Amino acid sequence: MSDWPKARLHVVTGKGGTGKSTVAAALALALAGRGKNVLLCEVEGRQGIARMFDVDPLPFEERRLTSGLPDARGRAGTVHALHIDPESALLEYLALYYKLGRAGRALDRFGIIEFATTIAPGVRDVLLTGKIYEAVDRNARNKGATTYDAVVLDAPPTGRIVQFLNVSEQVAGLAKVGPIRSQADTMMGLFRSARTVVHLVTVLEEMPVQETGDGIAELTAADLPVGGVVTNLVRPQDLPAPALAAARSGSLDAAAVRADLDRAGLDVGDALVEDLLGLARDHADRRELEETQRVRVAGLERPTYELPRLTGGVDLGALHDLARSLREQGMA
Amino acid sequence: MSADRVPAPALDVDALIDDPATGIIVCCGAGGVGKTTTSAALALRAAERGRTVVVLTIDPARRLAQAMGIAELDNTPRPVEGVDPAAGGRLDAMMLDMKRTFDEVVESQASPEKARQILDNPFYQVLSSSFAGTQEYMAMEKLGQIHAAAQADDTYDLIVVDTPPSRSALDFLDAPERLSRFLDGRFIRLMLAPARGPARLMTAGLGIVTSALTRILGAQVLRDLQTFVAAIDTVFGGFRQRAQRTYALLQDERTAFLVVAAPEPDALREAAYFVERLGEDRMPFAGLVVNRASVAPAGDLSADEAAGAADRLQRSGAGVDDHAPTAGLLRLHADQVRLVERETRLRSGFAASHPHVATTVVAALAGDVHDLDGLRRVGDLLAE
Repeated sequence: MSDWPKARLHVVTGKGGTGKSTVAAALALALAGRGKNVLLCEVEGRQGIARMFDVDPLPFEERRLTSGLPDARGRAGTVHALHIDPESALLEYLALYYKLGRAGRALDRFGIIEFATTIAPGVRDVLLTGKIYEAVDRNARNKGATTYDAVVLDAPPTGRIVQFLNVSEQVAGLAKVGPIRSQADTMMGLFRSARTVVHLVTVLEEMPVQETGDGIAELTAADLPVGGVVTNLVRPQDLPAPALAAARSGSLDAAAVRADLDRAGLDVGDALVEDLLGLARDHADRRELEETQRVRVAGLERPTYELPRLTGGVDLGALHDLARSLREQGMA
Repeated sequence: MSADRVPAPALDVDALIDDPATGIIVCCGAGGVGKTTTSAALALRAAERGRTVVVLTIDPARRLAQAMGIAELDNTPRPVEGVDPAAGGRLDAMMLDMKRTFDEVVESQASPEKARQILDNPFYQVLSSSFAGTQEYMAMEKLGQIHAAAQADDTYDLIVVDTPPSRSALDFLDAPERLSRFLDGRFIRLMLAPARGPARLMTAGLGIVTSALTRILGAQVLRDLQTFVAAIDTVFGGFRQRAQRTYALLQDERTAFLVVAAPEPDALREAAYFVERLGEDRMPFAGLVVNRASVAPAGDLSADEAAGAADRLQRSGAGVDDHAPTAGLLRLHADQVRLVERETRLRSGFAASHPHVATTVVAALAGDVHDLDGLRRVGDLLAE
């Protein structure tokens, strides 16, 4: 059973370098593996989805990417993807809501589209979140569009996430009344409801864990719903705790290791034994630092999920493995 | 395999920071690659090798900021305690206060009355405190200010700048052109036309656009926006000049750009973007810093050999003793070798497509850096 049965919009944020795009993609696959039709969105112009799924760069148009793994009854949902850029979002918005025609082209000629999407403060974010809102809450205006059971957003990084989602706040300074204000308020209604969850991706290092804690506090203060914490890029766990302790204290038995290596048929020199023990010490130090951070993550008191560091990098097969792991851990 | 590994030329960090002709170092790159640490480590190393240095950082980790004495945001460089003065250098540090920098620019460009009008405008307040874009401009603005002051008072002979962690970190390169397009464009004319001006001023296009904007924004917002543009119009010209000056300063041969990355596909792709963009703008690019590199285990035991041996041990029930976890050790070794191979492949891919980029590789440290000793260690690794 999923920990987030009510969620229709999964926002995935995280500090740079923690792999939030990978987690967002894996989550989308995991949800599809539950038979849901999912839309995976990106908003930072990086075309990360296209690379992960090995398809051509995505346009501002929903494209079918793949299906989830079928469940026991053979059902599988689909994953569509959408690359949202502010210019296209603005033009679509104007077309859907205002049917401007000639006036729309005039806006472009006067440099107003460029002003709105590059210079005007906060407008970029509102346009991006506006499109996400539209995808979650499809209505009759967008004729013939697919409706989805869930939308997964590969969101801006933790340091910017509250500002990004807090559309009302952004618009409040600009518009006290009027159409923009009321649209922003409607969007906030969705983002603050139980239909939205904001998941945070971290790695077991001091700064990212610190930022995750700060992010949770800021989201809570802004009345935005906090989801789970995904600890990504976890080191291999090949050594059990007593062996790690022995490695740290330097009490690993070099002679026994040497005998094992002999038995395994390796051509053993003293150097190899030394290297392995040195590697063990270094690994044990890093694992100890990780453990300290794991305790801090647990102290955040959110549901947590862990994903391994994949030595070979992330391809479609690896994404399916990560998706399965997230499903088993209850994130989807 | 080894035939397609292209070695990158080495980046000599000490030669760069020791060269008195190097006056500004700008560090840019994706988020999470250790850019702030790199900037601080370079600045400290330069100071302890005799330069008079100021480092301008954007968002340092709390403990690092405390260690450098810049936990307080006051937008002024402060001396860093504990820097070794033996070589005759010193180090100041400051953290950028984006809004304050912006306010100061407005105050320096407009009469007090006009400045107040702008500072109180709701559009200005969002613009000056919103993240996207503004921070990059303001980092460069502050660089310009510090540089001008350093020239006038001979305060610093090296300025190290950290940039915000985003692709838009290079947006400041577009600033002069974007401002010009805006100032010379029709949009500003439209905004400066009175909301209900005489009909003869309202060309057909203008009328359509104004009414469309009124429908979309509402009349009140449009009026606020017009007030804002009218108020700030007088200082925009000043902005353009400043942006052009900063651009020229960055292009100067006394400036050196360093691109910081980690040995991961995304970070290296961003690095490639930065390198190419800097080249297009003819910015003086010095080289690439690859942080957080995995260290290759010594010896020549391959990953496959190690993994195979680990399996054989495990099957025979040996090598799992807590004091001799040999199977686990071999798997760690295999994993580490594979990681290093992958990183090497990624780096040589970058080197193959950017063969002239001088590169230095910094080994991953076990813990976070949060004191001067940690920065010195990073400095040593940078210069290795």
